[in-house]
Amino acid sequence: MSNQTLEIRWHGRGGQGAKTAALLLADVAWKTGAHVQGFPEYGPERMGAPITAYNRISKEEIRVHSNIYTPDLVVVVDETLLESVNVTGGLREDGAIIVNTAKSKDEIIPLLKGYKGAVYVVDARKISVETLGKYFPNSPMLAAAVAVSQVMPEADFITEMQASYQHKFAKKPEVIEGNMLALTKTFDSLREDLKGAKALVEM
Amino acid sequence: MRTDINKISEQSPYMDLTEGLHMYAAATSKDFKTGEWRTNTPVFEADKCKQCLLCVPVCPDSSIPVKDCKRADFDYDHCKGCGICAKACPFGAITMREGQ
Amino acid sequence: MAIRDRMSGNEAVAYAIKQINPDVMPAFPITPSTEIPQMVSTYIANGECDTEFIPVESEHSSMSATIGAEAAGARSLTATSSCGLALMWEELLVAASNRMPCALALVNRTLSGPININCDHTDGMGARDTGWIQIYAENNQEAYDNFIQAYPIAEDKRVHLPIMICQDGFITSHAVENIELLEDEKVQNFVGTYQPEEYLLNPGKPMAVGPYSVSNYAMEARKNQELAMEASKEVIIEVAKKYKELTGRGFELFEEYKTEDADYIMVIIGSAAGTAKQAVDDLRAQGKKVGVIKLRVFRPFPAAELATALKNCKAVAIMDRCESYNGNGGPLGSEIMAGLYRDRVFIEAVNYIYGLAGRDFTVNHVYDIFSELEDSVVNGNKIEQFKYIGLRE
Repeated sequence: MSNQTLEIRWHGRGGQGAKTAALLLADVAWKTGAHVQGFPEYGPERMGAPITAYNRISKEEIRVHSNIYTPDLVVVVDETLLESVNVTGGLREDGAIIVNTAKSKDEIIPLLKGYKGAVYVVDARKISVETLGKYFPNSPMLAAAVAVSQVMPEADFITEMQASYQHKFAKKPEVIEGNMLALTKTFDSLREDLKGAKALVEM
Repeated sequence: MRTDINKISEQSPYMDLTEGLHMYAAATSKDFKTGEWRTNTPVFEADKCKQCLLCVPVCPDSSIPVKDCKRADFDYDHCKGCGICAKACPFGAITMREGQ
Repeated sequence: MAIRDRMSGNEAVAYAIKQINPDVMPAFPITPSTEIPQMVSTYIANGECDTEFIPVESEHSSMSATIGAEAAGARSLTATSSCGLALMWEELLVAASNRMPCALALVNRTLSGPININCDHTDGMGARDTGWIQIYAENNQEAYDNFIQAYPIAEDKRVHLPIMICQDGFITSHAVENIELLEDEKVQNFVGTYQPEEYLLNPGKPMAVGPYSVSNYAMEARKNQELAMEASKEVIIEVAKKYKELTGRGFELFEEYKTEDADYIMVIIGSAAGTAKQAVDDLRAQGKKVGVIKLRVFRPFPAAELATALKNCKAVAIMDRCESYNGNGGPLGSEIMAGLYRDRVFIEAVNYIYGLAGRDFTVNHVYDIFSELEDSVVNGNKIEQFKYIGLRE
């Protein structure tokens, strides 16, 4: 795959919204003028089963239609998957992994089977409960993927998501503010860690 | 009638057949004289007939014409001579004769 | 101005259906095509199109109702996948032999067993000899483009045959990708209104469809049907040219990608063609003379055209996403090789079976195949005449 393509692999459990997050990321990246792919790896699995979803984002047309084996970024939406799924498999050493957890980075690193690249943690439960009153890891993990990959400027992302939520939640506008807050809180929680970090893939 | 079935026969080359063998016509079975197939022939004896009309609905070839609630003689152009009407008649007003 | 959007393959086909606004759509849900009738019924509920949607109790019924509606004079279609297509089997032949220009959005999925919901071409290839035109798509864009071309091909007087517009289950049907859409008006102008000359619900002009045919008629009827399939080739090309004028996009019978000076060519159908093209670019950067032919139209089969396109290469890899269980390879392999022989094109040809039941097909597989072809031609190493790629051994 050409190195101008950002490749992301999402690990989640059926029902947690990892697939939706991948599709949302494709959507928001498309709005900034990129070529995108967002697709899940499908099986007959149901709620709670491990699932994988993928994104390719590029300035060029994307023609490859296979799964992603050497991602630049891995997003783990459910930390219990660290035990059962080889989430760092093929993950590039110059890439990064984001884990949704209340644990610290130092506690997570030993669980990553010797992965030497950048590791980020996001407490999506805390952010989600604080901003939405319920646990929806989707918005925080989407924001984290954008923050860490730097696939688009934060301001563009926020503007596009505002428009997207306004459309998506036209019938329940009361949840828009909470979701927007979840996005910015996630960016804020990663700001310190991301100081000096470059975009995962230069496009 | 847009398809003249008299111009299509079992000897027609493929170019002369209609698309999908569609028949662009209706009631073409009227022109198909199935009476030719008859080996036994029903004979209607009007004086024995009570006009109960039990024979009419059982005829598979609609070959018993009815007018003003009364049946007439057989339509021999289409009657195949199956004999069901003769069995259905309670009054012996239909008998089967051998041959056409 | 083209409308830039992003959509899944199912969304793209549903959107094309909405724009065409056909008269009748009977459908029964089956993974991975379920979203198509689901989205079309939403469009109908929202008043965005006025297609008559018929919820039926099986695919046997959805195809039967599609044929009935088409015969009645309505522009009709349905959508299905896998065992849904298998359950339509009898009706597929009825649609074609009765010369019904109806459409079917096929989202390719394997057939049991072992039971599996993922992509391969077992369903479409199983229906290859039912008399339907079959057009396959590489991506969501092509699924959309092909669907818009469906009725202008099927309804052409020279054709009057049903048409299957195929895309790969999940790989494109459930993947969101960039797409360029046409304005509704352009689609409607391109497709036109359906004006059949003869149809059942035509007062004063009665007709009969599907009469019993004794042997003296049936073979002649089949010949006429076969001639229509042959004639559809030029119509497919004409419509593709017209569509290209409108959009700047598309291919006729197949796409030839960097094949002009290629020593080694891969012939492939569907979404994997994109993967193969990427691999070709990578190998070209290393100086390898390789190319890809992406087959768009499988029925009618462009045997002579493919033989001509392949005649100057040294070896061809023919890729089948389907097992024929005949001990002789897959359907594409058999048909291309027969075509090569008929036109006396004696090149090395190897039939590979790949991607069965959702097995992933990657650029690395393409590298391996080209390297094997080159090794065979340069070093004279024999390759098995048909073999599996991506198999655990």
